[in-house]
Amino acid sequence: MTLMERAYLPAIATGMAITLKHFFKKKVTIEYPEVKRYLGPVFRGRHILKRDAEGRERCTACGLCAVACPAEAISMIAAEREKGEETLYREEKYAAVYEVNMLRCIFCGLCEEACPKQAVYLRHDEFIPVFNDRNQVIWGKDLLVEDMNNRYTREAWTKEEARLLDMKRANGEATNVVPRAIP
Amino acid sequence: MELTEFIIKTITILVVFVLTLVIAMYSTWGERKVAGFIQDRMGPNRAGPGGLLQPLADAGKMFFKEDFIPALASKWLFIAGPSLAMLTALLASAVIPFGSTIRYDGVEVVLQGVESNIGILYVFGVVALGVYGIMIGGWASNNKFSLLGAIRAASQNISYEVAMGLSLIAILMMSSSLSLGEIVSQQHGGNWNIFYQPLGFIIFLTCSFAECNRVPFDLPECETELVGGYHTEYGSMKLGFYLFAEYINMFVSSAIISTLYFGGYNYPGMDWVYNQLTASLGSTTGHNIATLIGTGVFFGKALFFIFFYMWVRWTLPRFRYDQLMNLGWKKLIPLAIINIIITGASVLFLKPFITSLLN
Repeated sequence: MTLMERAYLPAIATGMAITLKHFFKKKVTIEYPEVKRYLGPVFRGRHILKRDAEGRERCTACGLCAVACPAEAISMIAAEREKGEETLYREEKYAAVYEVNMLRCIFCGLCEEACPKQAVYLRHDEFIPVFNDRNQVIWGKDLLVEDMNNRYTREAWTKEEARLLDMKRANGEATNVVPRAIP
Repeated sequence: MELTEFIIKTITILVVFVLTLVIAMYSTWGERKVAGFIQDRMGPNRAGPGGLLQPLADAGKMFFKEDFIPALASKWLFIAGPSLAMLTALLASAVIPFGSTIRYDGVEVVLQGVESNIGILYVFGVVALGVYGIMIGGWASNNKFSLLGAIRAASQNISYEVAMGLSLIAILMMSSSLSLGEIVSQQHGGNWNIFYQPLGFIIFLTCSFAECNRVPFDLPECETELVGGYHTEYGSMKLGFYLFAEYINMFVSSAIISTLYFGGYNYPGMDWVYNQLTASLGSTTGHNIATLIGTGVFFGKALFFIFFYMWVRWTLPRFRYDQLMNLGWKKLIPLAIINIIITGASVLFLKPFITSLLN
């Protein structure tokens, strides 16, 4: 070692200069409950049972989501649509009870894939809130069915679309993209 | 002793005591904040605004934990350990001069717990006693790891006390007084000792790091080698006292450093400020405000050194034990002795020469 290195103090001074630089740097922390990070358009958050454009429930209680579910979190009871309920349910059969056990759910999104009626989705913008009581674990239709005054839309559906949307937003074009039509 | 004097001294000592405790308490918060900032994090910020209530929360947690004494530990010594550590840490702040005087109703109150003509010697004596707290605690735990940690702490402290004392002798040769108040008033008007004793300052600073058991000399605590260190068996507020004593020691040594080397409550241009204030506000109020500014400056210096301790802690890796001993005995002590010789020669030959040139 040279004398400079053996003296040790110059090295300490350089090290301390580095730490001082970091002291004044912008912090990388995202302060979670106050500031939330955008998790992307394909994030799988909480479930929602969609309605169609006229406000009728799309679900026909076919049970494919329950079959597809690897965690067996979904259960439902089917019922037949009565006369005069045409404005409530889209087809002749509907789910009288639709329950998701949020302790079992692993948010894999297979129910979404399985649904032939595009009725069940995992929202990209909302989490399941923290629960501290067992009564809050099983979510019924009251929590799951979409509110017509506050509809859930997703602007981009794939990573490619999201990237394209980000590009368009960055260039100042198209601030709002019309969501893909649901058949 | 008259009653008023007694009451005044009691109040000053209480204020000094409380201030030391509060500063030590908020040093724990500061430590975590500084650590966070240096590592690009935020540090504690949930308890109160900016995390300011964090020390209270920590203290509350410490008090409510189970106060456990191991079955085979020596019960009284086990309790005496942290008490002694706290006691010796708090004793040292009594002689530090926090400011000049406050005039009230014709009485001059010195902002210093005890004005002693052997102030610095007293500080050294008390700091040396601090080893007992650690040693007794480590030994009373009846745990080999605790004992090893305590022995490390004791030998480290004793080794570095030598170099610390030697580096201090150079200061005493210049001031020819052991009184801290006297040493401070000699540094009046920007005539700080750091300009005469840069080498002595570096030695003193290094040794004070070792005395406080702070990084890079925090060998008494070591999870990989010693499980925990001298306080392995401690929990609850007894552990809290040990950790708290470290922060008190840190404040005391910061205050001592700023007293010995950075002019204490002196700052450049303080005479001008004093004259302005006494001219505009009268000799009592002006004097008091000037004193308070000086005290503020003193605390600024001390807090800067506390920050410096933390800054070093989050920058440097620790020494190995043999490196620590080599540094202490083979480098710092010879350097301190050389420093004494240079200072002695300067006081004897250079000082008369320069003064004759100036006159």
